[in-house]
Amino acid sequence: MEWYLPAIWAGLIGTAVAMYVILDGFDLGIGILFPLTHEEEERDQMMNSVAPFWDGNETWLVLGGGGLWVAFPTAYSVIMPALYLPVMGMLLALVLRGVSFEFRWVAKPSHRMWDIAFAGGSIIAAFLQGVILGGLLQGIQVADRQYAGGPLDWLTPFAIFVGLAVVAGYGLLGSTWLLMRTIGPVQELGRRYAPIFLLAVLAGMGIVSLWTPLLIDRIAERWFSLPNFYVLWPVPVAAALVGYGIWRWLAEGREGLPFFGAIVLFLLGYAGLVISTVPYLVPPHLTFWDTAAVPASQIFLLIGTVFLLPLVFGYTIFVYWVFRAKVGPGEGYH
Amino acid sequence: MEFDPVLLARIQFAFTVSFHIIFPAFSIGLSAFIAVLLLAWRWTKKENFHRLARFWTKILAVSFAMGVVSGIVLSYQFGTNWSRFSEFSGNVIGPLIGYEVLTAFYLEATFLGILLFGWNRFPAWLITLAACLVAIGTSISAFWILSANSWMQTPAGHEIRNGIAYPVDWLQIIFNPSFPYRFAHMVNAAYLATAVVVLAVGARYLLAGRYSEESRTMLRIAVGMIAVSATLQLVIGDQHGLNTLEHQPAKVAAMEGHWSGQDPAALVLFGIPDKEARKNHLEIAIPNLGSLILTHDWNGTYPGMTDFPEDQWPPVAKMFFAFRIMVGIGLLLIAVGFCGLYLWWRGRLFENRLYLRATSYMWPLGFIAILAGWFVTEQGRQPWLVYGHLRTAAGVSPVPGASVASTLALFVFIYGIVFATGIYYINRLINAGPKGQATEAAAGVPNGPLSGAEEATREATGRSPGDGPGASLAPPKG
Ligand code: HDD
Ligand code: HEM
Ligand code: HEM
Repeated sequence: MEWYLPAIWAGLIGTAVAMYVILDGFDLGIGILFPLTHEEEERDQMMNSVAPFWDGNETWLVLGGGGLWVAFPTAYSVIMPALYLPVMGMLLALVLRGVSFEFRWVAKPSHRMWDIAFAGGSIIAAFLQGVILGGLLQGIQVADRQYAGGPLDWLTPFAIFVGLAVVAGYGLLGSTWLLMRTIGPVQELGRRYAPIFLLAVLAGMGIVSLWTPLLIDRIAERWFSLPNFYVLWPVPVAAALVGYGIWRWLAEGREGLPFFGAIVLFLLGYAGLVISTVPYLVPPHLTFWDTAAVPASQIFLLIGTVFLLPLVFGYTIFVYWVFRAKVGPGEGYH
Repeated sequence: MEFDPVLLARIQFAFTVSFHIIFPAFSIGLSAFIAVLLLAWRWTKKENFHRLARFWTKILAVSFAMGVVSGIVLSYQFGTNWSRFSEFSGNVIGPLIGYEVLTAFYLEATFLGILLFGWNRFPAWLITLAACLVAIGTSISAFWILSANSWMQTPAGHEIRNGIAYPVDWLQIIFNPSFPYRFAHMVNAAYLATAVVVLAVGARYLLAGRYSEESRTMLRIAVGMIAVSATLQLVIGDQHGLNTLEHQPAKVAAMEGHWSGQDPAALVLFGIPDKEARKNHLEIAIPNLGSLILTHDWNGTYPGMTDFPEDQWPPVAKMFFAFRIMVGIGLLLIAVGFCGLYLWWRGRLFENRLYLRATSYMWPLGFIAILAGWFVTEQGRQPWLVYGHLRTAAGVSPVPGASVASTLALFVFIYGIVFATGIYYINRLINAGPKGQATEAAAGVPNGPLSGAEEATREATGRSPGDGPGASLAPPKG
């Protein structure tokens, strides 16, 4: 089998997941911040700042999941049953928050239920995404190319911790988004909470970085054996520097930079996880190559992707550009 | 615990996909309707079309949101509930779903944002373009997903090695034998079901003496659309059935309640199929007409249930009834369409209260027929998941029944609340009516005009001053 096809697909799916985490990250983050204010007008404004984008953002989740099925059917059919309960829970939480975008407005003035659904759904979805990530990192039991564990194998302190870290991370993305994209009291809200979420994220990243090598020998070896260590040490150092940078920018009252800093921080964390797991797709058993679809299928979709993915990036940029103006209280985009 | 994971997985999938399909069908139809209204508005410059387009866009917003969230659930359920099927068919239908995401979902999602939130911000041509792209996106989406589903019904263009399907010819896979019929029948069903809703809403307003100008436009469009698409549906459905007879004969035998392949078939109008006795009780049938329809020969024969081994029977009685519900509704809608045309021709369409009252209750009919049709199609595939290749029981995930049962309970609970509320809210938006002449004011005024539905509330309250025909780039006045 051509060795490079699975590698290309792994890269593409990795990109889709990164896009998802960043884009839906900030709009889930808005839901996570929802309980921090009780003013109806502020909540309206927070929701308005993401309303035109959430559907497109969530489509990256479909591309990530669908892409996994297309390119690595075996991995898809091992991972999904293994993480059955958290995946289903996440989907249900996404249902609740997704419909709230429209329902909340139609329900007014009795929209409290949809405030709760929006906040609760966002928090649960973010948490379970972290649990799924943790569950995958800690490894999945496989026998005969099928999931061979029990229904609750994923439920460990480590996975729960990763879940909480992801909630903090999305909170950071959400609060820096508000800082960049809104004005008035909502922007203040972002400014006030961003540093708190930043500290939580940095702590979370630090703890996960220590916990994974302690938990999993394979990861310890990846990072701490020589010569790997010489090549890899810049990743955590860069993360620490970016964290410091965001802190400074927040202190200096910058509005746009903290959001982009948060994205870079996410990407560095993501890079760290990729370094820990490559080339496994279902650690510790199946690699990209073990689970790949036949080349004919990978090539068939790749041809389309080469043309369509740039187009998709094109629309995405277009829609963010046309709705680029800041959102103020009681008004939309100008 | 004593849970049958296969049965539970089937119930769960049937439940979630049945909720899903209602909203896509409405979104496909509505987005096309809105695009047509906007084009008509650009062409004729009549404000009426513009008001109607804005009104239906608010309803599209709610329907679309429900379609999106329920669809995301489905796309993951292939892996969570049907992992062995995913592995079996991933090489073949995985790429079709991949193309659906890349060609349709992003297009819909992006331009829907512009359509919903752009009215007061972007020029009219951009809104019209966005509406057209959303309409195109939804049909592209139907194209790919129906191709995947049709491959499960009539697999082609693949070969099977070591229990896994491999692609051989992509054109044969995509354009597999039942796909053209299924695509035409489903997209037309979506237009028809939407037209029935539009008719019911128009009739409701006329009866209540509200929005008479808008409702006349709605009635004219809907009646014309129903007359054409319901008739077309009968023709496509007939061809679809002939094709199915060729590829899935047991399905047709069950649909028709046809037991013995020796004799020419009657057309069974009613009966109660009995699997044990291998006949229909209380049968009302027209001799030989079944043969005439399916073989185009008065004395022709086609296989009956007893020609197939019993372990390959689909559930006869359920399919028999579901098929009659669908066809019955189809025939009724043809009548509705032509009665409407007749009344229109006589100039009494807007006055005939009997017609208006009857049609005002008909809004769910199209969706019921769609669900009935899918039940025929999907149950007729049983006991196969991929017809002739993979049994349903062999496609299920290694997940304990208790997990499936508990998530199924959650689905029933949450979908029950969410979708019932959604339909209630759609109804509320319809009561509020098109912009401009809103009379009854709902309480509570929202603040930022950003949700499609929000604008409805705002307009229903009469708070927002009538701003120009969407062409204005000025920010809305809060
Ligand atoms: C005939 C058409 C049709 C059929 C049979 C299905 N869908 Fe669907 N689906 C659509 C037509 C559609 C649509 C019109 O494109 C939707 C509905 C409303 C919407 O928002 O897009 C959609 C939305 C939608 C989404 C969300 C897209 C987004 O993020 O914007 C997903 C992931 C799916 N669907 C997946 C599925 C799966 C896995 C199905 C089969 C089991 C399925 N759909 C059946
Ligand atoms: C959207 C309209 C659809 C409806 C209403 C529908 C309905 C159903 C129903 C009622 C069942 C259960 C059948 C039974 O077990 O007796 C089922 C099963 C299933 N359907 Fe569909 N279906 C739809 C579309 C699709 C599409 C587009 C696909 C795939 C691309 C699909 C894939 C499946 C699978 C994998 C199962 C489970 C296996 C089985 O029970 O055979 N369905 N569907
Ligand atoms: C008027 C006479 C009609 C006939 C003769 C007819 C015929 C058929 C047949 C034979 C099938 C099953 C095909 C198969 O699984 O192989 C089918 C499925 C279906 N029908 Fe109909 N139909 C009619 C009306 C309608 C109406 C009015 C609607 C909805 C508005 C509708 C919606 C559907 C849907 C959604 C399916 C499942 C998808 C598919 O297989 O195409 N049909 N129809």
